[in-house]
Amino acid sequence: MSLLELDGVTLKFGGVTAVNNLSMSVNEGEVFALVGPNGAGKSTVFNMISRFYRPVRGSIRFDGGDLLTHRAHEIANLGIARTFQNIELFERATVLENLLVGRHRHRRSTLPEQLFFTGRVRAEERAHRLAVEEVIDFLDLQVYRDKMIAGLPYGVRKVVELARALATKPRLLLLDEPASGLSVEETQDMRWWIDDIRRQMGITVLMVEHDMGLVSKVCDRVLALADGAKLAEGTPAEVQSHPAVIEAYLGTSAVSKTANAQGERI
Amino acid sequence: MRFHFKTSYDQDIRLFPDWWNFSLYLALLLLMLVLPWLIDGFYLGEVTNVLIWAVAGLGLMLLTGQTGQVSLGHSAFMALGCYSCVNFMELGLPFLAAFLLAGVVTGIIGAIIAIPALKLHGVYLAIFTLALAILADDLIVILEPWTGGVNGYFAPVIEIFGIEINRWAAPETWYYLALGTSVFVALLYRNLLRSPLGRAFAAVRDSEISAQAMGVDVARTKTMAFGLSCAFAGLGGALMGLFAGAFNNETFNFLIAIQLLMMIIIGGLGFIHGAFLGAIVIAFLPQFLSILTDNLGSASIPGLETGVFGMILIAFILFEPMGLYGRWLKMRTWLELFPFARRDMFRRQKTYLKTERLR
Amino acid sequence: MDVLQLLLSGLANGCVYGLVALGFVLIYKATEAVNFAQGDFMMLGAFVMVGLVNPHFMGLNFWLAVPIALLIMGALGYLLDLAVLRFMFGQSQTAVVILTISLGFVIRFIAGVIWGHEPQSLHSPLALGDVRFGGVVLSLADIAVIVVTLLMTLALWQFFQRTKLGLAMQAASQNQMAAYYMGIPVKRVQGAVWALAGIVACVAGILYASKGAIDISSGFIGIKAFAAAVIGGFGSLPGALMGGIIVGVIEPFAARYLPTGYSQIAPYAILIFVLVFRPHGLFAQVRVKKV
Repeated sequence: MSLLELDGVTLKFGGVTAVNNLSMSVNEGEVFALVGPNGAGKSTVFNMISRFYRPVRGSIRFDGGDLLTHRAHEIANLGIARTFQNIELFERATVLENLLVGRHRHRRSTLPEQLFFTGRVRAEERAHRLAVEEVIDFLDLQVYRDKMIAGLPYGVRKVVELARALATKPRLLLLDEPASGLSVEETQDMRWWIDDIRRQMGITVLMVEHDMGLVSKVCDRVLALADGAKLAEGTPAEVQSHPAVIEAYLGTSAVSKTANAQGERI
Repeated sequence: MRFHFKTSYDQDIRLFPDWWNFSLYLALLLLMLVLPWLIDGFYLGEVTNVLIWAVAGLGLMLLTGQTGQVSLGHSAFMALGCYSCVNFMELGLPFLAAFLLAGVVTGIIGAIIAIPALKLHGVYLAIFTLALAILADDLIVILEPWTGGVNGYFAPVIEIFGIEINRWAAPETWYYLALGTSVFVALLYRNLLRSPLGRAFAAVRDSEISAQAMGVDVARTKTMAFGLSCAFAGLGGALMGLFAGAFNNETFNFLIAIQLLMMIIIGGLGFIHGAFLGAIVIAFLPQFLSILTDNLGSASIPGLETGVFGMILIAFILFEPMGLYGRWLKMRTWLELFPFARRDMFRRQKTYLKTERLR
Repeated sequence: MDVLQLLLSGLANGCVYGLVALGFVLIYKATEAVNFAQGDFMMLGAFVMVGLVNPHFMGLNFWLAVPIALLIMGALGYLLDLAVLRFMFGQSQTAVVILTISLGFVIRFIAGVIWGHEPQSLHSPLALGDVRFGGVVLSLADIAVIVVTLLMTLALWQFFQRTKLGLAMQAASQNQMAAYYMGIPVKRVQGAVWALAGIVACVAGILYASKGAIDISSGFIGIKAFAAAVIGGFGSLPGALMGGIIVGVIEPFAARYLPTGYSQIAPYAILIFVLVFRPHGLFAQVRVKKV
């Protein structure tokens, strides 16, 4: 069953067409990757799903409902969480506080209750904390729990962002380049985590990634984009060997040379 | 060196993480309660003044320190709090009811005024609020029937449960009123910090984009921050006007708003303690300077206070942007880690400016 | 005729606001910071001139004193950048706002110590003589203000559009790091722009002082100049001048046709109106942050 469905989505910035008539559908429970050269419009697709941008044409449906009727802050409430390409954490807060913001959509208490910190708020706080601790255990963040984001190394920040998205208990997780800038070991960890997120938590994952090694290991299906339009779609192996994809990455002349040299990475 | 082992989630949720911390604040509260027997009426008045500034400062702190929205216009809301309190009292409400109602009304009006300003960032918001403060000054003159215009108002007699609050006859009554209000406001502030709304404030301050992605309604959160901030500032303003005895448009000049902002920066942005420390500086600096000039035998220099205040602020922004409380935190960490603290531990990260504008 | 008179005197006032606003925009364009002390710079420039020209101070010839005053204020701007603002390199806009507000406090204090708190008038040749066109009377100072402001705006605008230094200044503001890597000496450029802002403020001060008395709180017209800069859109030099003229012209008309009390409100009401409905001014463009 398809959880997220894009149909004929088009977005223009001034005269530039960033995404052109893109249709795709992500099934419940799968890991789906968007690949493509820089500027292909991958992050733009994410930003449309997050409702930061509004497509000029086309529709986006999530779980049968129209996503475009919702505003940006309502998307998390529907069960869509995301990470960002250039890490957007709350710098002057601790890891714990960052993750607790992820629980924002699960709060029920009102302003007066919070002002006077009534029993209900206290009970909710305990529940939030419990949920966040589960994520902390899952991603091995115990050491960093009370550390300020501002002092953390890049690799850890990446994980904290993933943790914050998981803390919202999403149905669909959007990962914008989860492995960019990570070391080989960290990328390995990321791979296991994405596997576990899908298998144990039953969360559908849509990701943008350049590392074809990672993509081919964790993804069920891949969609290749270039200049905002769909080039190819299918299993990682199919997409990697698709001539149009190779051409988009390496240019026409290179196609013949690399025809038999398709390794892990494009 | 004191270790802090956590054994329960409640340690992070409670007001005070452990007994040691609790007893420190209890001791401070007890000291404050017996203060009228320790110092004379004049200094008690000064401490009252500190507490009043701290109440207004907590209001601005919530907005600027917690939510990252700079306001140069809180004098307008202090004025609103003061005049509405007095007008409610004229209508026959008892002081305590009028006082709290004034806070609520100021908060609601502040939130409404915030709505058109939601899209403004940084400098633009600062200019918007500065314009508000200047407008308020003129509005007070125009709305003479309610405000007394340029001639001002004389504070009515304040009574709480039959006890008259009188600055001259019984300075301790005023002191307890200010102490009670500041503890009350600080408590509400602390409650906010440990609940979802407080975290939403920090989220909006640090990254609006990811706050939205986490389901935080940025516009609503900012409106709430404005409302609460103005409510606290209104309470502070009401106390300030009534404590002065007589007040007019000049009492709530826009320079007061600027001083308030400077005060919380000197104290330490984002910390409750910062509002109190900053208030101590702002209230005692004039005393200190006048004693200094007296001892040096020179005549008083007009404008010295603001000049020195400006220099102190420049020094803080250049050398200690985290304010007095930030300095204290560093000193404490250094002592706790002694002798293992490293020199570079508190070095600021270098940041580079990137424009958010097209041309 | 009456309307014309109001219009022209408003125009002259507006040009002074415009000149101060030019200073804001200049610094904003080049460093992305907002100098809340620009009004106090202007006040200081005027007092430096008073100190040089007035008989009970140094009593120099006016025209000799002008370049000296400009030089002093330029040097002061550069030194301020060297001693204070350079350490703010890369810090948030808000921090710079608060820093410059405090600078204004300090400047006002120092000026008060040196020149006293009484209003003073500059012995300026521009202050003498009126010019009549039909029924309209304009003082020489008014005409000088209008002419100099127009020339100044044009020169600065051309400077930013054409010269290498001007372009370097713009580049430095848009991405400090990238500008630095491209070989632009970002810090020195920043120093130059502060010096320039000091000079512009001094010109504004001299003209303002020629129009009437000044005292140490004259710097508060900086707030009206703010309104002007915002109305014009903070990044635009001609916009700043236009904004200044709008504010300057509205004032006398509001004073004439609105009940007392309401007239002072007019510039700020417009400021708020512009901020709410055209947050980036009537003449500027802005784009949202890219994720």
